[in-house]
Amino acid sequence: MIEFKQLWHYFTRYIDNFLLGGIFLLMLIGLVVLYSASGGSLSRVSGQILNMIAALAVMWLVTNVPLQQIMRLALPLYIAGITLLIGVALFGEIQNGARRWLNIGITRIQPSELLKIAVPLMMAWYFDKSEITLRLRDYAGATLILLLPVILIARQPDLGTALLISTSGFYVLYFAGLSWRVMAGLLVTAGSVLPLFWSFAMHDYQRKRVLTMFDPSQDPLGAGYHTIQSSIAIGSGGIAGKGWQKGTQSQLDFLPEQSTDFIFAVFSEEFGLIGNGLLLLLYLAVIGRCMIITANAPTQFTRLVAGSITLTFFTYVFVNMGMVSGILPVVGVPLPLISYGGTSLVTMLLGFGILMSIQTHPKLVKT
Amino acid sequence: MNHGIELRNHLRELRHFHIRLTISAGFVVLLFCLLLARFFYLQVLRGEHYTTLAEANRISIVPLVPNRGLIFDRNGEILAENHTTYALEIVPDKVTNLEVAIDELATVIEITAEDRQRFNKLRRENTRFQSLPIRTRLSDVEVASFAANHYRFPGMEIKARLLRHYPHAELLSHVIGYIGRISDKDLEQLENNNELENYRGSLHIGRTGIEQSYERELHGVTGFEEAETDVAGRHVRTLSHTPPVAGNDLVLSLDLKLQQAAESAFGDYRGALVAMDPTNGEILAFVSKPGFDPNLFVDGIDHLNWRLLNESIDKPLNNRALRGVYPPGSTFKPFMALAGLELGKRTFQYAINDPGYFSLPGSQHRFRDWKPGGHGKVDLHKSLVISCDTYYYMLANDLGITNMFNFISQFGFGRKTGIDIPGEVAGLLPSPEWKMKRFKQSWFPGDTISVGIGQGYNLATPLQLTFATMILANNGTAYRPHFVKQIQNSITGRSFEKKNNQMYTLDLKKENLMRVNNALAGVTRPGGTAARAGANAAYTFAGKTGTSQVINIKQGERYVASKIQERHRDHALFTAYAPAEDPKIIMTVLVENGGSGGSTAAPIARQVLDYFFLGKTPEPLLTANINNRPH
Repeated sequence: MIEFKQLWHYFTRYIDNFLLGGIFLLMLIGLVVLYSASGGSLSRVSGQILNMIAALAVMWLVTNVPLQQIMRLALPLYIAGITLLIGVALFGEIQNGARRWLNIGITRIQPSELLKIAVPLMMAWYFDKSEITLRLRDYAGATLILLLPVILIARQPDLGTALLISTSGFYVLYFAGLSWRVMAGLLVTAGSVLPLFWSFAMHDYQRKRVLTMFDPSQDPLGAGYHTIQSSIAIGSGGIAGKGWQKGTQSQLDFLPEQSTDFIFAVFSEEFGLIGNGLLLLLYLAVIGRCMIITANAPTQFTRLVAGSITLTFFTYVFVNMGMVSGILPVVGVPLPLISYGGTSLVTMLLGFGILMSIQTHPKLVKT
Repeated sequence: MNHGIELRNHLRELRHFHIRLTISAGFVVLLFCLLLARFFYLQVLRGEHYTTLAEANRISIVPLVPNRGLIFDRNGEILAENHTTYALEIVPDKVTNLEVAIDELATVIEITAEDRQRFNKLRRENTRFQSLPIRTRLSDVEVASFAANHYRFPGMEIKARLLRHYPHAELLSHVIGYIGRISDKDLEQLENNNELENYRGSLHIGRTGIEQSYERELHGVTGFEEAETDVAGRHVRTLSHTPPVAGNDLVLSLDLKLQQAAESAFGDYRGALVAMDPTNGEILAFVSKPGFDPNLFVDGIDHLNWRLLNESIDKPLNNRALRGVYPPGSTFKPFMALAGLELGKRTFQYAINDPGYFSLPGSQHRFRDWKPGGHGKVDLHKSLVISCDTYYYMLANDLGITNMFNFISQFGFGRKTGIDIPGEVAGLLPSPEWKMKRFKQSWFPGDTISVGIGQGYNLATPLQLTFATMILANNGTAYRPHFVKQIQNSITGRSFEKKNNQMYTLDLKKENLMRVNNALAGVTRPGGTAARAGANAAYTFAGKTGTSQVINIKQGERYVASKIQERHRDHALFTAYAPAEDPKIIMTVLVENGGSGGSTAAPIARQVLDYFFLGKTPEPLLTANINNRPH
């Protein structure tokens, strides 16, 4: 028995139990809702279980990587990511009118997903290596590191991912101590650039999505349909919900994308305001744990990385729920750990793996 | 270490970091409260409103499925239509014990084991809230007897709907194709093309043939009706109505009567026939025999019929004209002859002495002529008329594979013609590069010799042979083969002519083309390999016979048809065009295991031409005894 205990300890020594518990609970909820959303299809559920196992394996591997190694990976990962993005721009495959995929012979990859992790790592590494007090010049340099991939991704065009990466990069700047005045300045600039952006840089379908957010009835069968139906689903759930597998909106197929981006509407319809509140609490607990890990992080690099990952996770949750409940435009953001799909799950758990590694590895360098 | 004021103060930074982390935590809580407020607004304050929408008076957007476009032949004969039929549909969720209910239903109307199988398959592929057909094409009597017993079967409903029907079934299965129920894979595909919205409510999608390649034209635009319904889904009132736009009708260049004539000329034989108008690339007839009944596929084929089709030794699902690859055999020779003339390796007068075989210098291997003992003195004209092999063995040796490949690939061998139905294959015109890639072997001089008479690695589809022959008969001009002549609005009848289908014109000497064409006209005259088929024709017609080997005959052995199993006999080929001096029709006939081109394929071509020019109905060929192996 002792051997088993040792083995168990060996495998779990870098796992943060609290965080893992939260992740498991959220994924379990995801499976329960997915079963209902797919009309009782076990094949979807078992497919998602496979995704989860793969993502957990990735997370476990990352937890075993010591911090110094993660730091050493920042620059190569970033350079690889940028190279792949340039590859996409030159040789990428076009699907849905956007050039996002790169065929590398064995399989097709979407390099923008890699950048979601690589960009914060790179920026944190950049700030960490500076020996002297950070000056505006350093922040400008970090912004350039951020803008290069963002512009490449926005050109694909994949505005949603570009915005999410910008956000995670902005969190690094924020935690690195970018002055409040500069941030206020950025906000004003963004506000004034937005109208220009609207008329010159956005594609028609993107404009349509924003417009239908303000008036969904404009296009009831197309873009507005999503918002109308998900609002009805959430609203009709009431306080206590209609019960598992009893949501008429989802079961009668009124809801679009109900196992991926709009899965929260299914949850909300079947479990009501009480379910929503509990789910928010659960997310809050996971985010809170991540923040404690961030606060205890030993080096500036780990602090910045942990802070950015934590807030990015929160951003996903907020943007998805905001979009499904009709206060944000419809952008393709999944609900972390609950929506069906493997790619985003792997990216999420990779981030949690880094956080766990920060928390559990011996903090050799205390500063 | 001390750099004065510029050194980082880590403690201060840490303090600042913690302040910022606390601020962000507050931000997170604030935004979560905002979400909670939104949920409170939707679920409590407006909860009743949305509950009303969802439960009492559900606003449903009902898609209005457009009628699928019809398909006509060039004379307005209907080839694919929509029939109103009655289907019995079940919503599995509304039936408590499905098996028992279906058993009971079977006492009222006939439910076969196949019907059950098909229904169970549909159930697995759909959610339990969808209405799924258990029986289609109910007779009036069945509709009446179910209606009388309807109260016994909650959750079951008779639905009237338009069902695709192909009146000519087997005859056109390989051209029109069929539609089938939309599968998960189709949905994925539609989503990738941003067409999913337009298929809301649609049950079917084009699977093969014209139905697939012109899906966009045929499907039409889905309309929608915003309607209020009560809990039971009953219609209360219509809020808005956007009508669907019916799919466009297609007018094919195909001539149904000619197709029928061609199909019946085959008699009991299997094979393929492609007839085309050489002046524009319009397909006039396109036979692949045997065909299958596409109506079986419209609502999902049952297991038994699928097995019968799929495992049949006759391979009825195989589109031989489009996807069947065969060695072109001697039908390859006209292109070789032209290559010899154009590349200056042969003059028209040059003659060889044919001993009945050809051997490469320093080799014992004999490439045999089909006629033991040979044809004596043979010039270019005679080489085509009597289909002399030795002449082309020598010519191939003189040209070399690279010249042959470069010249003959211009006629479309080894690549797709771009015809407007899906699934075409490219065939194969071999080259040393190809052989190295495929077999990791270098090219042997002997390979060149076999390619010279259209054997060896050579493979072509009947469609490709027709295409190549068109260029020959057309003074070098190629048109893209196509079926659809016109696309027309099904309501106004306004039609959109298809674009010009001219592809390219080869720069060939008039003189050389004329000589080759003259020789091909000689093939159907006395002394030619198709003389019997050409006898007493009321018009001139040119052609080339060919034989496509199915099995290899060993050195020193002879091909004796009677000794060989029927399925291992040679395929017979004939390419033809008429009138020889100003072609109006180009044709390729392939008869599987038909023996020689002259004895089976050419007579079929003659019958079809007789119908085309004179309106004479063909007398079907009976599975004849197969002669020895003249071309």
